Amino acid sequence: MVDRDLCQGHGVCESEAPAVFEVSKAGELTVLQEAPRDAERKAVDAAVTYCPTHALSIVEDQL
Amino acid sequence: MTATSDLRQPPRVSGEGDPSGTGHLEELRVDPIGLMERTRAECGHVGTFRLADRDVVLLTGPEANEIFFRAPEEDLDQAEAYPFMTPIFGEGVVFDASPEERRKALHNQALRDKFMRGHAETIAGEVERMVAQSPQGGDIDLLDWFAELTIYTSSACLIGKRFREQLDGRFASLYHDLEQGTDALAYVDPYADIPSFRRRDAARVGLVQLVEAIMDGRAGEPTPDKEERDLLDVLMSIKDEDGSQHFSADIITGMFISMMFAGHHTTSGTAAWTLIELLRHPAFLAEVIEELDGLAAEGLEVSYQALREMPKLEAAIKEALRLHPPLILLLRIAKVPLEVGGHLIPEGSLVAASPSVSNRDPQAFDDAEAFDPRRYLDPREDDAVNPWSWIPFGAGRHRCVGAAFAMMQLKAIFSVLLRRYEFDLSQPHDTYRNDHSKMVVQLDQPCAARMSPR
Repeated sequence: MVDRDLCQGHGVCESEAPAVFEVSKAGELTVLQEAPRDAERKAVDAAVTYCPTHALSIVEDQL
Repeated sequence: MTATSDLRQPPRVSGEGDPSGTGHLEELRVDPIGLMERTRAECGHVGTFRLADRDVVLLTGPEANEIFFRAPEEDLDQAEAYPFMTPIFGEGVVFDASPEERRKALHNQALRDKFMRGHAETIAGEVERMVAQSPQGGDIDLLDWFAELTIYTSSACLIGKRFREQLDGRFASLYHDLEQGTDALAYVDPYADIPSFRRRDAARVGLVQLVEAIMDGRAGEPTPDKEERDLLDVLMSIKDEDGSQHFSADIITGMFISMMFAGHHTTSGTAAWTLIELLRHPAFLAEVIEELDGLAAEGLEVSYQALREMPKLEAAIKEALRLHPPLILLLRIAKVPLEVGGHLIPEGSLVAASPSVSNRDPQAFDDAEAFDPRRYLDPREDDAVNPWSWIPFGAGRHRCVGAAFAMMQLKAIFSVLLRRYEFDLSQPHDTYRNDHSKMVVQLDQPCAARMSPR
């Protein structure tokens, strides 16, 4: 989940998980995979942790 | 939504004086934190003080802070909230742009993640150059020393190395006079005839002259290779139809002043306070040095990768920021009537949040007055748990865009300094304090320390 009030387009998530996040030159964040595969999990966790504005969170799928 | 007629006016804090007077302006110029603490104590989370003919509604507590920080620019606008900045930046710079233009402009600057590693190397190099001026150490003034260092780091990272190479201590000294020209009297008249405003205006003229001399020197030289070019080269290359330069030295200087402003006194002050607090708490300093020595032993460069995991040093910096936030009062103007906590804030009011007050909120922080860097370590993480109370960088959509750059810069500075030098406070430990007589808060001088090689 992206809290759009908080995202400032720093691009840290893109550096951590380029397969999941894309940040345009103008700083617009696009989530490329809303439900990334388990292989991306570590990179996505890092993106959430290092997001400078704490704009990212992970919502687990309902079983 | 409550009907506006049910809403109460925010209560007013004591000490306003004669209605025809300037209200709490004089108190703000002497003891701003005392004024804000009293406003919270007497009025609660929404309270009003008055600066001349303007009411300032101070919001405190996480709920009111969240409303403040989440509000869009259309509701709470920054543009006219800081009248003391206009004579410093110059007319036509920064706040004359629309919110959307400003938001986009941020991304043209060098703050993107992918540039951070290069910046870390640049900053480490600048620290090496500063210490090389007196390799055996000696007495330093913490304000002057870190202020000069951060002029070099911010100019090198944000404008370019070529420009930085053309600067010396004169630029830092003039820049300091600008920062000192931020008396809250600007809320009555930003051009009042007082000594600090006269020095501010003379300093701006002096900075324009320095930049103009650099531009004149470059005008006669061949254009450097693309990799060597800095922002000044780019701005000078923009020509009008008649072939003359589009941007004057005055406008370019204003742009550079404004680009460097947010990251200068803030980083400089935080570096000084981190060092002061660590020297006041030698047991934690020893842990920080052990952490840095461990990274050095692994052969890691002082670059972005190495800068990521330094929990102890980061915790010390965060705690210095919590106790000594460089900005004590964040301001907006209400463009629409706002409802906060059952109170109606009238359109046109100044609305404020205070890092000084919120960062020491006893509801959010155990032992809030104490320097306790362990509050950031796993599992406590006081900053992440209290995103609307731990606000040295502000929060929400206007959170400091340079926060990541600032943390990286501070870690780079201390990675070099604490590995190579030992420091001692030259004065009794309780004599280090901030000067709150200006809106830009800086260390009160004297603030002496000694450095010597480890």
